[in-house]
Amino acid sequence: MTFWFWFSSIPAESWIFYAFAIFTVAGAAGVAFSQNIVYAAFSLLAAFAGMVGLFGFMSADFLAIIQLMVYVGGILVLILFAVMLTNKITEIKHSNPIGNPWMGAVLCAALAAVLGLCVFTYPWSTRTPAAYAPTTATIGNAFLGRYLLPFEVAGVMLLSALLAAVVVACKEVKREDLDAGVPSKAGGQP
Amino acid sequence: MTIGLHHFLAVSALLFALGFFAVITRRNAVGILMGVELILNAANLNFVAFSRYSNVVEPIAGQIFPVFGIMIAAAEAAVGLAIVLAIFQNWGTIDTQVTKSLRE
Repeated sequence: MTFWFWFSSIPAESWIFYAFAIFTVAGAAGVAFSQNIVYAAFSLLAAFAGMVGLFGFMSADFLAIIQLMVYVGGILVLILFAVMLTNKITEIKHSNPIGNPWMGAVLCAALAAVLGLCVFTYPWSTRTPAAYAPTTATIGNAFLGRYLLPFEVAGVMLLSALLAAVVVACKEVKREDLDAGVPSKAGGQP
Repeated sequence: MTIGLHHFLAVSALLFALGFFAVITRRNAVGILMGVELILNAANLNFVAFSRYSNVVEPIAGQIFPVFGIMIAAAEAAVGLAIVLAIFQNWGTIDTQVTKSLRE
């Protein structure tokens, strides 16, 4: 009976938050602890999807959609391509080995403890959050007004990153190999 | 107890610690990049949480900076994975314990 009172006293808002938070942290834990790089990549999908829910919970609808499009639709697909291109299928079960787990575990536990101490002891000046409202129009106006220069610089940076990725990743074909009709030796296939 | 700033900051701290663990313990370079993505996500979560729950003058700025953070993450992922592929073409492996000729 007391359990039921405790159970029903938690508002629905809290249930939604804890569901998304546990989903996100579980995905992150999968990325951190999985020995199989493919499982780690799909755990990263869970972490990104949980972040979409958390952004939506905080009335950041534009950011939630951007997170879904860029992270899940772009970065995760890139990471999966890299996983498939750089691992032999027979070694996939131990494709993501851990170097020195104990030192890392101690460091990360200390880091989480210090961050938690800061979060729960610092007197944050908070306010009651505003009602849920769409933010896309406000963000669009800000990008074309006050934040125009950073927006353009970010566009140039994305273009240069795109070109840099192509230049770095493309195979080098030697001039004499081309003349002799020999296929490129730069391939990584064993 | 209603959901407030502390809850989101705690989730963000956990994400950061787990991403940091992945970065410092993984030997697969793609695994390290996944940890970096988690760390960037934790930072974005903090920005949005402060914009909603903290007593700031201009709340929308906390939702504009994460857009730039996501752009940086996309560029980092593209260039980082291109470097990983180039390393794989030259070495045949992306184990960071093996590819250490720059360290010696």
